[in-house]
Amino acid sequence: MARLLHVSSSPHLRTSDSIPKIMWTVVIALLPLCVFAVWLFGWYAALLIAICVATAVLTEGLMQKLRKQKLTLYDGSAVVMGILVACNLPPGISWWIPIIGTFVGMAIAKHCYGGLGYNIFNPALIARAFLLAAYPKDMTTWISPVDATTCATPLGILKERGPGELLSAYGGKLSLYKHLFIGNIPGCLGETSALLILAGGVFLLLRGIITWHIPLSYLATLALLTFLSGGDPIIALLAGGVMLGAWFMATDLVTSPFTRRGQVVFGIGCGLLTFLIRRFSGYPEGTSYAILLMNAATPLIDRYFPNRIYGTR
Amino acid sequence: MKLFRFRGGVHPPDYKALTQEVGIERLTVPRKVRVPLVQHLGVAAQAVVKKGERVLMGQLIGERHGFVSAAVHAPVSGVVTAVESVPHVSGRSVPGIEIENDGKEEWHPEIKPVRPVTREAIIAAVQAAGIVGMGGATFPTHVKLQPPEGKKIVLLILNGAECEPFLTCDYRLMVEAAERVIRGAVYLMEALGVTRCVVGIEDNKPAAIAAMRGAAAGQSGIEVESVRTHYPQGGEKQLIYALTGREVPSGGLPMDVGCVVQNVGTAAAVADAVETGRPLIERIVTVSGDAVERPGNYVVRVGTSIGDVLAAVGVDLEKCAKVIAGGPMTGLAVGNLEVPVTKGTSGILAFTEAWVKASEPAPCVRCGRCGVACPIGLNPTMLETLAMKRDVAGLQVFHAQDCIECGCCAYICPSQRTLVQAIRYGKAQIVATRKAKRN
Repeated sequence: MARLLHVSSSPHLRTSDSIPKIMWTVVIALLPLCVFAVWLFGWYAALLIAICVATAVLTEGLMQKLRKQKLTLYDGSAVVMGILVACNLPPGISWWIPIIGTFVGMAIAKHCYGGLGYNIFNPALIARAFLLAAYPKDMTTWISPVDATTCATPLGILKERGPGELLSAYGGKLSLYKHLFIGNIPGCLGETSALLILAGGVFLLLRGIITWHIPLSYLATLALLTFLSGGDPIIALLAGGVMLGAWFMATDLVTSPFTRRGQVVFGIGCGLLTFLIRRFSGYPEGTSYAILLMNAATPLIDRYFPNRIYGTR
Repeated sequence: MKLFRFRGGVHPPDYKALTQEVGIERLTVPRKVRVPLVQHLGVAAQAVVKKGERVLMGQLIGERHGFVSAAVHAPVSGVVTAVESVPHVSGRSVPGIEIENDGKEEWHPEIKPVRPVTREAIIAAVQAAGIVGMGGATFPTHVKLQPPEGKKIVLLILNGAECEPFLTCDYRLMVEAAERVIRGAVYLMEALGVTRCVVGIEDNKPAAIAAMRGAAAGQSGIEVESVRTHYPQGGEKQLIYALTGREVPSGGLPMDVGCVVQNVGTAAAVADAVETGRPLIERIVTVSGDAVERPGNYVVRVGTSIGDVLAAVGVDLEKCAKVIAGGPMTGLAVGNLEVPVTKGTSGILAFTEAWVKASEPAPCVRCGRCGVACPIGLNPTMLETLAMKRDVAGLQVFHAQDCIECGCCAYICPSQRTLVQAIRYGKAQIVATRKAKRN
């Protein structure tokens, strides 16, 4: 007689993909940004990234212990969150501030909502929004990558002094575009280089972790609205945090809509809100708030933009 | 409109190379067969033989009971040793008949070809032969040949897609016996009164496409189309859509869009029934998997136990850790090797421990891959939640009952969630609620 056989419900074949694989792939996509940040802003940037990642991982472990859940620190999701928080910090910020922000994002925005898969808002963006409210001055003080003196970001100059000043500050349109694309400009740690963000985004696209729907609809909407309102769509896309937001934050699986149609709606909403905040509010940049607001709209989008069911035409 | 593809689906590794070039062989007929009286969808057949009675090969032993039911015949000649319950692949027991094989292979004398071949005679022969859908769904074929008043059938679709990984029984049949399949299609067309038949074969089977085109060359009205290799291309609804651009309405049947779909194996069985009068007592079974020493396609008598089949193809039962009846995407894991092969057993897969992966499901991260993979357009992860909450109204609103259980969602899920299992649970809740309302 044979031994006892395994039985299980079909299907008996499974993809080899897993949550850790997805998360560590995102980490790989973010690594060039981290390296560039260290090259641009010095070793202090590396310290900030390490602090954020360590805080994220320790907080996740602490919360899972408190919630009597299985520890899943190896799955990479806390590491991704930590890196993303760091990417959203001004490079000269005091080292202890990110600890508070990361803790709030991880403990409140992720674990108080139920942990991985259950959070409504992107935890890294909650961390940033919290710090922006709690430490507004620290979060908006920028240093120049050239001489480490205090200076304004391109979007800051655009908001406060207008497009003419911005062009002359960077020696003409072409030179400005080049700076924005390469990323040797003041700004948050991981947001300056459009080139490397694109590279990471395309890598994630090719690996099937994200699809084009959110980044493309987001960026296209922002570019179109900026163009229609008389602004420069290329500056709008390359300056500030919208590239990082569109490729790495809005595409967060948990907090974005389920269907492809819904994701396009989500992207358009993000683009619209980013434009409105940049144009009409007191803030030079609106990416974080735009994505957080659309996070809140995600359940609604899921409800109104489901897939069409076969046979219901 | 011809699209040759459908929405959603997945592309699992197909593992067909193990058996696709192995010719069909006959498996030794065992000393004892246990023939279930339920080998089809519908009402169980009723035993018409008693213990101790001698039966001949092809003799009726279970009579069709009601319209949606199918006759069952003796797969061997010998003596009925028990009319009792036999183990079923579902894990339950079903009524069945045990026959001790006398090894004489003596056919019942009344088995003779159908003359003349008229529409009525074909349907009668199919019904008498106990033919059911051999792709695995096992719906009685004679029912499909007699659509209710008002349903006009215009197209017969022959399903040769064989999208399940590992399985190659339909492929070998088409390569080795294309003429028989095409003749069966001609009888089915006659029975349905249609002038057109389309055979759909996945484009990873060029030899089958060529063989079937060759066989169909002389026949008017039969086309052989190659369709995209993509799982579940062989799903009835997906194949109809790929070949015609039509969608079977939610809750409806293929006949609602003028189509009848039959598996190529079923067509071959119809040809046999019409031309020889022989009932469905054996079928081609793909036996494969890493525990199988001689994987291949074997003609197996109905009622042969899965254990007998595995022993005959060189499976070390001590090393065998998991056995699946059917394909790996929709097949059932077998817990008891006494379970017999039935008319719907397209494959028997035996795996060693290396293939058994027990994984703890991780939380859903809403990646949406299940929704993209679902060929019906469902939201599997939401249906899972609704099923676990026993929210029957929600399950109905989000079309849980339309799930075809193809397994794409669970296959693709990076969190290894048991989505199909949960949706099945949800569907059972809907059925139970409807039943309760009726009563």
